[in-house]
Amino acid sequence: MTTVTVEARELTRIYGGREAVRDVSFTLNKGEVLGFLGPNGAGKSTSMKMLTGNLAPSKGSVKICGIDMIENPKEAKALIGYLPEQPPLYRELTVDEFLAIAARLHRVSGSHVKKAVRIAKERCGLTEMGGRLIENLSKGYQQRVGIAQAIIHNPMVVILDEPTVGLDPIQIRDIRNLIKELGGEHSVILSTHILPEVEMVCDRVQIIHKGQMVFNGSIDVLKQQRHGNRLLVGLSRAPANEELLKIPGVTSVETLPSGLLRVRHAEGGAPAEQLVQAAVNQNWGLYQINPDQTSLEEVFVQLTFQEQAA
Amino acid sequence: MIFNITRKELKSLFSSPMGWVVLALLQFVFGTFFLNGIEQYFQTMSGAIRPEQRIGVTEFVGANIFGIASFVMLFAVPLLSMRLISDERRQQTLTFLFSAPLSLTEIVVGKFLGLVTFLSIVIFFLAAMMSTLNFWAEIDFGYIAANVIGLWLLVASFSSLGVYVSSLTQQPIVAGIISFIALFALLLLDNFMAGDPTGTMSYLSLMRHFEPFSRGLLDTRDVAYFLLFIVTFLTLTVRRLDADRLRG
Repeated sequence: MTTVTVEARELTRIYGGREAVRDVSFTLNKGEVLGFLGPNGAGKSTSMKMLTGNLAPSKGSVKICGIDMIENPKEAKALIGYLPEQPPLYRELTVDEFLAIAARLHRVSGSHVKKAVRIAKERCGLTEMGGRLIENLSKGYQQRVGIAQAIIHNPMVVILDEPTVGLDPIQIRDIRNLIKELGGEHSVILSTHILPEVEMVCDRVQIIHKGQMVFNGSIDVLKQQRHGNRLLVGLSRAPANEELLKIPGVTSVETLPSGLLRVRHAEGGAPAEQLVQAAVNQNWGLYQINPDQTSLEEVFVQLTFQEQAA
Repeated sequence: MIFNITRKELKSLFSSPMGWVVLALLQFVFGTFFLNGIEQYFQTMSGAIRPEQRIGVTEFVGANIFGIASFVMLFAVPLLSMRLISDERRQQTLTFLFSAPLSLTEIVVGKFLGLVTFLSIVIFFLAAMMSTLNFWAEIDFGYIAANVIGLWLLVASFSSLGVYVSSLTQQPIVAGIISFIALFALLLLDNFMAGDPTGTMSYLSLMRHFEPFSRGLLDTRDVAYFLLFIVTFLTLTVRRLDADRLRG
């Protein structure tokens, strides 16, 4: 059974006559991880602030598990865990004290506070840091405390604004695993501008550009767009391009400045095997062959660029 | 929920030396004045022969110490209130409170109560110190009670204004200075308007409403004035924070 946890309808936010976010609508189901992508200043953070009730939308509505954020903010907020861009931390407190406060403010009952703090610390790898002052923690650990604070009350929806900023590669991997794990039982909305991250952890992607949604769909669609019908071939004694065109399935050949050949082929038919066979038979000196992937960045640029041209 | 915010504020106050230092310093100041008051009482009274010159020890020492307390609080409250909201704004922790299932009123009232609770500790010690006079004299507890209630209301009013000013800016120092000046002006308003003691302006003065309490008089008009003062500034604070959400 799929349950809708987040429903945003025509969210619009106007700052002094300029529309920072325009008509953003989407729904999110339980157990999904949604990636929010976009260049700087695209309106990612503004959208997230509206989703969490930190900012009132100029138009449109947000519903968390069917509860309207504007009409019933307290009930709706109780279902959300939010990590803003800058982790909100009381630096003069210790990790334990801060997490206990966060738990109490999010309606964790008095007898469960200790347990909730322990579990949140475990999940974020903070167990040994409990007694340390937040002020003295490194940026990475502070970020973890921020995430712990967002998941402490086991919310239905976890909203993380750029959670991996400032972390080292190992921590980033841990956090990504944590996000995947969270996706199992909660819904997660994640904003980032690191594209591989989206590919690794998200089920669905939304690309927002200049306040408007330009792409909204499953991550597979984006991946498909990425794996074009192209092969990158390196031949040390390359024949004329016409020779290659004779191989069944090949539609065009192009020589790249690096000396590699970009071979386009028809949809579905991968001529890699025939190509290798031909190369061996005719002694072309094959030293490299691999699928030519468009990087996610390119897809991203394409998508945001299309919008500009339109 | 309000209680949770109050608890958080008290924890913040006591987790830095600030809270302890302020408590200790205030206690030191009041203790010194208390001792001085008693010493002066003996000096003055030994010189006072005629019965109408004689006044009770409660009134003599109390008037002295509660007068000083209201003046000292004028400095102490802005110092403590300035960080309440402005610092959260600067450290971006206001988002933390806004995202929690709390109404703005709960946040503001919780913070206000946190500060008032802290200041109540000071007032409590002050009252306890006065009560020790009872060991060797019969003191007027009614007089002390009226003074304590008056001082408490005065301090709560200071706090509510401090909380409001703190919500206006990101800089605690700016908030502190503005609160101090505003309170100073409000306190001494009737001094500036001395020529016209019945005027509206002088009626707004905090000191004018504190004065009956310090004579041991509990007047509902003054109580109402203080309560209105507190409610007004807390409401303004809620409005100010709501504007954050609406205008961003």
